[in-house]
Amino acid sequence: MQYGRKMPVLEEYVDVAVIGAGHAGCEAALASARLGCSTVLFTVSVDSIAMMPCNPNIGGSSKGHLVREIDALGGEMGKNIDRAFIQSKMLNSSKGPAVHSLRAQADKQEYTRAMRTVLENTEGLFIRQAEVSDIDIEDGRIVSVRTVSGAVYHCKSAVICTGTYLRARCLFGNVINQTGPNGLQAATHLTQSLIDNGIELRRFKTGTPARIDKRSIDFSKMTEQFGDERIIPFSFTTDRDSIQKEQVSCWLTYTNENTHDIIRKNIDRSPLFSGVIQGTGPRYCPSIEDKVVRFPDRDRHQLFIEPEGLYTNEMYIGGMSSSLPEDVQVSMIHTVPGLENARVVRNAYAIEYDCVNAVQLKHTLEFKNIRGLYAAGQFNGSSGYEEAAAQGIIAGINAAKHALGKEELVLDRSQAYIGVLIDDLVTKETREPYRMMTSRAEYRLVLRQDNADLRLTEIGHKIGLISDARYEAFLNKKKAIEDEFNRLKNTYVGGTEEVQALLSQYGSTPLNNGISLAELMNRPELSYEILAPIDHNRPRLPEDVVEEAVILVKYEGYISRQEKQIQQFKKLENKKLDPDFDYDQIKGLRREAVQKLNAIKPASVGQASRISGVSPADISVLLVYFRMT
Amino acid sequence: MKEKDTIAAIATGLTNAGISVIRVSGEQAFSVGNSVFYSEKNINLEKVPGYSAHYGKIVYEGEVLDEAVVLVMRAPHSYTGENTVEISCHGGVLVTKRILEAVLSSGARVAEPGEFTKRAFLNGRMDLAEAEAVIDIIEAKTEFARKASVGQLGGRLSEKIRAIRREILDSISYIEAALDDPEHISLDGYDQELTEKLTQLLNEISKLERSFQEGRVLTEGVKTVILGKPNAGKSSLMNLFAGEEKAIVTEIAGTTRDVLSEQINISGIGFMMVDTAGIRETCDVVEKIGVERSLKQAEEADLILYVVDSSRPLDENDRKILNFISDKKSIIVYNKTDLTPVVKKEDIEELSPGSRIIGISAKEAVDFEKLKDCMAELFERGEIIVNDQIMITNLRHKEALADAEKSIRAVFSSMEQGFGEDLWTIDLTDAYASLGTIIGEAVDDDVVNRIFEKFCMGK
Repeated sequence: MQYGRKMPVLEEYVDVAVIGAGHAGCEAALASARLGCSTVLFTVSVDSIAMMPCNPNIGGSSKGHLVREIDALGGEMGKNIDRAFIQSKMLNSSKGPAVHSLRAQADKQEYTRAMRTVLENTEGLFIRQAEVSDIDIEDGRIVSVRTVSGAVYHCKSAVICTGTYLRARCLFGNVINQTGPNGLQAATHLTQSLIDNGIELRRFKTGTPARIDKRSIDFSKMTEQFGDERIIPFSFTTDRDSIQKEQVSCWLTYTNENTHDIIRKNIDRSPLFSGVIQGTGPRYCPSIEDKVVRFPDRDRHQLFIEPEGLYTNEMYIGGMSSSLPEDVQVSMIHTVPGLENARVVRNAYAIEYDCVNAVQLKHTLEFKNIRGLYAAGQFNGSSGYEEAAAQGIIAGINAAKHALGKEELVLDRSQAYIGVLIDDLVTKETREPYRMMTSRAEYRLVLRQDNADLRLTEIGHKIGLISDARYEAFLNKKKAIEDEFNRLKNTYVGGTEEVQALLSQYGSTPLNNGISLAELMNRPELSYEILAPIDHNRPRLPEDVVEEAVILVKYEGYISRQEKQIQQFKKLENKKLDPDFDYDQIKGLRREAVQKLNAIKPASVGQASRISGVSPADISVLLVYFRMT
Repeated sequence: MKEKDTIAAIATGLTNAGISVIRVSGEQAFSVGNSVFYSEKNINLEKVPGYSAHYGKIVYEGEVLDEAVVLVMRAPHSYTGENTVEISCHGGVLVTKRILEAVLSSGARVAEPGEFTKRAFLNGRMDLAEAEAVIDIIEAKTEFARKASVGQLGGRLSEKIRAIRREILDSISYIEAALDDPEHISLDGYDQELTEKLTQLLNEISKLERSFQEGRVLTEGVKTVILGKPNAGKSSLMNLFAGEEKAIVTEIAGTTRDVLSEQINISGIGFMMVDTAGIRETCDVVEKIGVERSLKQAEEADLILYVVDSSRPLDENDRKILNFISDKKSIIVYNKTDLTPVVKKEDIEELSPGSRIIGISAKEAVDFEKLKDCMAELFERGEIIVNDQIMITNLRHKEALADAEKSIRAVFSSMEQGFGEDLWTIDLTDAYASLGTIIGEAVDDDVVNRIFEKFCMGK
């Protein structure tokens, strides 16, 4: 290149550039474009948009909550799985409503195809197959991103959603492939550009189990796992009656001592244990060799055999992710009842990748030091499609709001699992891939999957992702719930013959005085359905309205106690801290607390209280210091 | 930054006492000390070792204010954790104030109430519970109360609360872990285990709570209500206790219509003496209100002094009152022994068998000591244990314990009603948080504010 003269390159101007078209990237790009920003979505392979490289399902414990929340904000994941599911199940339905969780098996190709169709038909959204190699920062703000081929995309904001692709390598035994998941091309250049711009990276690891041929499985030795009879959709916009359909089954089987013996004998051949893999793996989604080592007393572990889709015979062995050599993999699979003759289609493997230390991010998912640069998904140290999508929609919304010069969105821990997820990521210096779990949400009785729309539709509408028509319908539903709740609380029945007869039929104490329907419903032996014959003025209501009203009646006391906890939480949350404050000035803080506070610069006393290494005593010191000085 | 200021205040009470102490704390404490302190040996306070005392004179504007001993403490080995100089001078309001003035003109500023303790706290010298106990010590009016507060300062209460919280946290963690990983962690039969554990914790919590009843005695004094018919001599007795004319004493029955109270100290035990309106059937509306108030006070009393006028015959009113106090801790004060008795002690004993009767003349102060001894004895006989038991002396702590108790009971009722374990944790979390506020491990802004508002000047 001649000095002083620029090589001619392709130059384009967009509002928002999204790097990566996985579950985070798709939500980010859709949100951005739907908010009116011209948006380019980069992917290394257009054919692998919204790919599910690991488990063939969406949702599950606490992840189902995330999908519902994404939907209530106006995201796509819920709608897309409603298009592509082949089995659906409400988990934990025997437990309290806080831990009910929807999970659906997906037809993987259908999922990808359906999402691609949506992207391609979204105005202002353009898909571009290219590897982004550089981000350009001027005066502390993003100005453009560049591709390996030199093309420059000038942008107002950008979202990094590189998932597991950054400097990825896949391993099993002593085999190392320098690829992303499923043998796809890894992104090798961007890392250096991020480091050059002062971004601190770390290396994480995750893994996936083998896929086997359905024809080689003996299902008679396994337990069949059916879908629910009445299918409940993920999206609040999907009509329940319209999605009832024939479902496929999953199958449950177990490992045994023989399996574990093979693993123990060959453990030194695992790159995880020999030290070849340096990345940190997820504790809550461990490989089978991890489980055998960590739970030596267990004589068996569950394995779920799940279809990868209707188009294929491939079956996923849930619970058996591994990076053992392929001969060991095949031997251990063959010890499992029903898999004695299983033929492996794809090997299990571990994947290592670069990701960011997310404490460098604000709650908006913008980098603290780079205006306009956002990050979402597995790049932020999370694991799972749903966690990725949840961050994607927030990063996409905020990247767009930034480009438009409008107020950004932050959800807190009392509003949504999404709030818990992001707060944990940007506060807690996760040392392993972060997985959403119900126990991470302090206020989970209020953050139920059934009321995600009640919690977030208003916000989605205000942002501009929920249409007026949907909002209107939502308000009607909300009113119907309130009306039914109040009706149940205020409708009294007396000890008429009809009532006493019904009560005695269900072994319930007869009435002496008038009692509200709500009180009757709260008797353990009775329910809303049982009371139907004596509830003469009961209106005909949609099932979701009834479900909600019943939950509110039944758990009223608990909900109000939890709401009190939330008020307490908000007090510290509303005490904002100066992001430039130097905590060295406060002598009463312990050394470790000072270091952590200076590293993270929390936005509020509440956030400070959740930093590991900052104790309650340190927090009282902060409170006293900032109050009296 | 205000924190770096050097602060000063008179640390002892502002009365003409034998000795007064001016405390100076902060980075400049030694140079402030140097500029007012002169010794023959020309001691430089910046150079002397910590925990050393030095004799010399305090000089201000060329005038020797007083002789003094100066105590030097070096950071972090002082109450505040900062460099500290304490000037002990001869007491005297004027001198002490002048020395403070001298100190202030040398670069220190007046400390806000509680600022020394606040600094001690900010410098990591004590936790919130300890800071709170400092207030209790300052406010403690008796020796017993002080000992109980010292126990808290030593962290015994904190230890106990920590142990209870640890148990609760273990249960929460276990339930949460099982919710996240039902394959490996089972909750079968856990309700029984939890019930047993919580029952035991509940016991410990209510024991602490009950100790407040006794703890309150220590800080506020034993609530002692003087009860009797009009003109039995209640106000005269009150005046004896108070040592001055507190109540209006007249010959007209029913003059005391309001409740008067006074804190006194008998052999190191605090008593809160409460004088009341005389009790009798009455048609006077105002007097009736007074009677009602008297009875209400008596209901809440730890001890009742029932004053009987021995010069007038017993009537229906007496019988009613004796009946009323029969199940309460009481002393019957057989008053007006200076007059010819109409009522015999035996008559009272007959009506109220087993009661303690002390004859006195409130008017002439005869045998008053006997009454006081009887009162002290009642409490020294081991009905209050001070040192071998953890005491709650603070209302806020008691409320927190009561909250925790309520939350644990809510867990029981959830179990009874068949609500699942994911709901138990809501109330367990509340119990955990309530207990945490006692020892400053659950951060509650209100608590922090309340604690530091209560401090007095110079501490």
